[in-house]
Amino acid sequence: MKSIKDAKNKSMNLSRRKFLVGTVSSSLVMAFAPGIMSSSASAKESLQNKVFSPTIWFEIAATGEVMVNIAKAEMGQHVGTALARIVADELGADWRKVKITHVDTDPKWGFMVTGGSWSIFTSYKPLSQAGAAGRIALIEAAAKLKGVSPADCDTENGYVITPKGKVSFTDLVQVGEFNRTFTEDELAKLPLKSVKDHKLIGADFKALDIPVKTNGSAKYGIDVEVEGMVYARPILPPTRYGSRVLKVDDSKAKGLAGYLGYELLTDPSETLQGWVSVLAEDYPTAIKAADAIKVKYQAGPTSHIGEQDILAEGERQVKDTGEGYLFVEDGNVDSARKSAKTHIEGLYRTNTALHFALEPLNATAHFQNGMWHIHGGNQWQSLTLPTLAKALGVEQDKVIMHQYYLGGGFGRRLWGDYMIPAALTSKQIGKPVKLIFTRADDSRFDQVRSASVARFQASLDEAGRLTGLEHAFSAGWPSLSMAPGFMAESVDKKGKLDPFSTSGADHWYSMANHRARAINNNLAQETFLPGWLRSVGHGWIVWGLESFVDEIAHEAEIDPINFRLSMLDGAGKHTGKAPESVGGAKRARHTLEVLKKRIKTSAQLPADEAIGIAVTTGQERTMPAWISTAAHVKVDRASGNIQVKKITMVVDAGIIVHPDGALAQLEGGALWGVSLALKEFTEFEKGQVRDVNLNSYQPLRMNDIPELEIEFIKSSEVPVGLGEQGVIGIAPAIGNAVYEAVGVRLRDLPMKPDRVLDALSKKA
Amino acid sequence: MIEFYLNGEKVTTQAAEDTPLLWVIRDEFKLTGTKFGCGIAMCGACTVHIDGNAIRSCSYPVSLAKNAKITTIEGLNNEHPMQKAWVEEQVPQCGYCQSGQIMQAATLLKYNPNPSDEDIVNHMSANLCRCMAYKRIHKAVKRASTDSSVGIYDPQASEPETYEASNLQSDKQLGA
Repeated sequence: MKSIKDAKNKSMNLSRRKFLVGTVSSSLVMAFAPGIMSSSASAKESLQNKVFSPTIWFEIAATGEVMVNIAKAEMGQHVGTALARIVADELGADWRKVKITHVDTDPKWGFMVTGGSWSIFTSYKPLSQAGAAGRIALIEAAAKLKGVSPADCDTENGYVITPKGKVSFTDLVQVGEFNRTFTEDELAKLPLKSVKDHKLIGADFKALDIPVKTNGSAKYGIDVEVEGMVYARPILPPTRYGSRVLKVDDSKAKGLAGYLGYELLTDPSETLQGWVSVLAEDYPTAIKAADAIKVKYQAGPTSHIGEQDILAEGERQVKDTGEGYLFVEDGNVDSARKSAKTHIEGLYRTNTALHFALEPLNATAHFQNGMWHIHGGNQWQSLTLPTLAKALGVEQDKVIMHQYYLGGGFGRRLWGDYMIPAALTSKQIGKPVKLIFTRADDSRFDQVRSASVARFQASLDEAGRLTGLEHAFSAGWPSLSMAPGFMAESVDKKGKLDPFSTSGADHWYSMANHRARAINNNLAQETFLPGWLRSVGHGWIVWGLESFVDEIAHEAEIDPINFRLSMLDGAGKHTGKAPESVGGAKRARHTLEVLKKRIKTSAQLPADEAIGIAVTTGQERTMPAWISTAAHVKVDRASGNIQVKKITMVVDAGIIVHPDGALAQLEGGALWGVSLALKEFTEFEKGQVRDVNLNSYQPLRMNDIPELEIEFIKSSEVPVGLGEQGVIGIAPAIGNAVYEAVGVRLRDLPMKPDRVLDALSKKA
Repeated sequence: MIEFYLNGEKVTTQAAEDTPLLWVIRDEFKLTGTKFGCGIAMCGACTVHIDGNAIRSCSYPVSLAKNAKITTIEGLNNEHPMQKAWVEEQVPQCGYCQSGQIMQAATLLKYNPNPSDEDIVNHMSANLCRCMAYKRIHKAVKRASTDSSVGIYDPQASEPETYEASNLQSDKQLGA
């Protein structure tokens, strides 16, 4: 895999494919053909023999029900509903008869990942084409039945409308015999509906996964039960890597009724190093037993590492121009610096942040009829399954992952390392095992968002104009450890970069001289497994960038909004590309112009209150959602508390498939942004995260939420993702507002009260 | 041996006295709508009603439940106005905390049928929603409290032995 773009394509894997429409045991089945398809086989034969690539696969039953199969993880984004709506709209189906099925892993599904806010973006076109092909096939059948021309027919609400009356899909499936192959060329030429003709896309509707989430019947991984299973809880080693168990003393656990002993886990995949699995007949006994067992370790080499060590290493790296590789190199920042009149500099840091998905990590594993069955919610089956197979010492075709609702993903359930201890315990004891992490175990095993350090240096000429920006940034890199195939060549060809730890530094502002240097913090990388946390690199990279852009505006004595508008000219490399970024930076500019009209100016507000701005374009330049964000804050000088009174966002994300779902994602994203900006704080201490439960790690609750005003720009451009993008602009907008309100620049995230007080006292 | 009423049905468990009620409900009686979140009574995902009060079952020893009337999310039977409001407002995202949110919200309306915005915030801030669907949770509680067409349904008001849908109907009519 070469790049994010390749991965996105692969996640649909449908380029150059035929589309098959055929009758299979009284249903009408529609699917893309596999890459290699016998040219002599008819659509019907291929579908009957299940020779198809059902990444997109739907069928109309003889009862008229349309069943759409979804190979995406449902973790709160209502993705199945949105994807089914795209198919159903082109098909002209009756939405009340549409059902969705979430599928388990099987090689036939191809590359399975739900992440990066890609699902809608990568699926929109193939799903639309699939729906349109189905529509054509149904129209042809109805036209034949009625003796009319297909050109005079259309579909609507589950019927084909012909000049001689309408025919229901149900009737067509019952009487018709379908056997039709659309070639790649035919598929490409299919007429897709224009935005104004959409009936389902963009309309209000209720998500299909919601009712079961209001009555306790939605099934999550933690709800799985397998006959004969025992419960397990892990005892985690003192470091992520390199720890070894020397001695286990379970004498105090032996008195517990239901205690079944422990296992030292041997992991051929080397994911788990120094793990003990504690077994019991019920889970509360497993919790107690694990607490009672004493394990003596030879601790791994990072057992003394703390947050300050990691930050200090990052600071050293960003100041050493020999560290890291270039991600952006436009113009010549060095000569800009030499000829500059003024220089300003800012060092931005972020602390470790946790995923804290509310469903603690868990998995249930059992071996049956030569196959390993692994049950649990997961976002990236194609990445997880090979490691599971390696850990179990079997071929990949001997492992099936069964999917459930995810009690929060946020990036933690991409690589399913948490499934390995369940699998190994089951293998070692020869019984089905349900292994659950307690909340504290879950936090200690988190793939945290790495602490980060970024150094910005700006050059301004005599007229106060920005002439150069240099940006160096360091953190632990998720892809380096978990998905090295994603690492991309640097601009200076000196090494490879993690696109998920660099994206965002390649902003859409026109700057003649701009350099961005990305550095892996090796100490972070050795101490823990850095994770992809909702908004990934943008979450910390753009926090620094958008804060420092504000610093430059103030130095140049230009209004921060006007300063940004002047750089969002859509020139040169910022003109945008079809289909994913048509309009380029001008679309970002438009959101900012609209936002400017929506908000007050800080001068209109009381003392210690102000509004700050940020412009963001997550998640990548190949899939930008254009968002302008304003945060209205009130700073309490006595306590240092920042109250966010209101967040206003203007969003251009192309066509919005599921408006209410998109709004929900932005609402949740915005509040995540507030939570990460102000509340969520932990640090490494002796090789482990210090804050492992809600008594000290305290995400936002209802009593701290601001008013939210979110506006979508109407657009007919391709839809882009929105699952993470709402998070990005919040922290910098808040920081910029604090500066406007009380004149202090906060350069450490989260912006805790003690940091505000410290900054205020330094200013005084 | 400990006896209590679970969603109106008399049940008996052999679980050790200090076993948290959560695991008895989930693993012994197979009512998995009640969730394990933090284990220290701070997230609210495990909230159930014990004699009409919203209680964190992860930290509640089963021995204290002796003879108590316990209602879980399943015991609301899709009849509670809060559940309807949750669908109307499209509240859940991942959904994991929502059983607990609904059980928590239900007790607010029981004691305070017309809560102010601030009352709702104070009551519901006890529960964590990691997807941060707080705006919609607030709206749904408000909707359930202001929708004059629905009464306040109290599962504890009905006798456990005759706890059936027909009785729920009459409860609702009484409430309205």
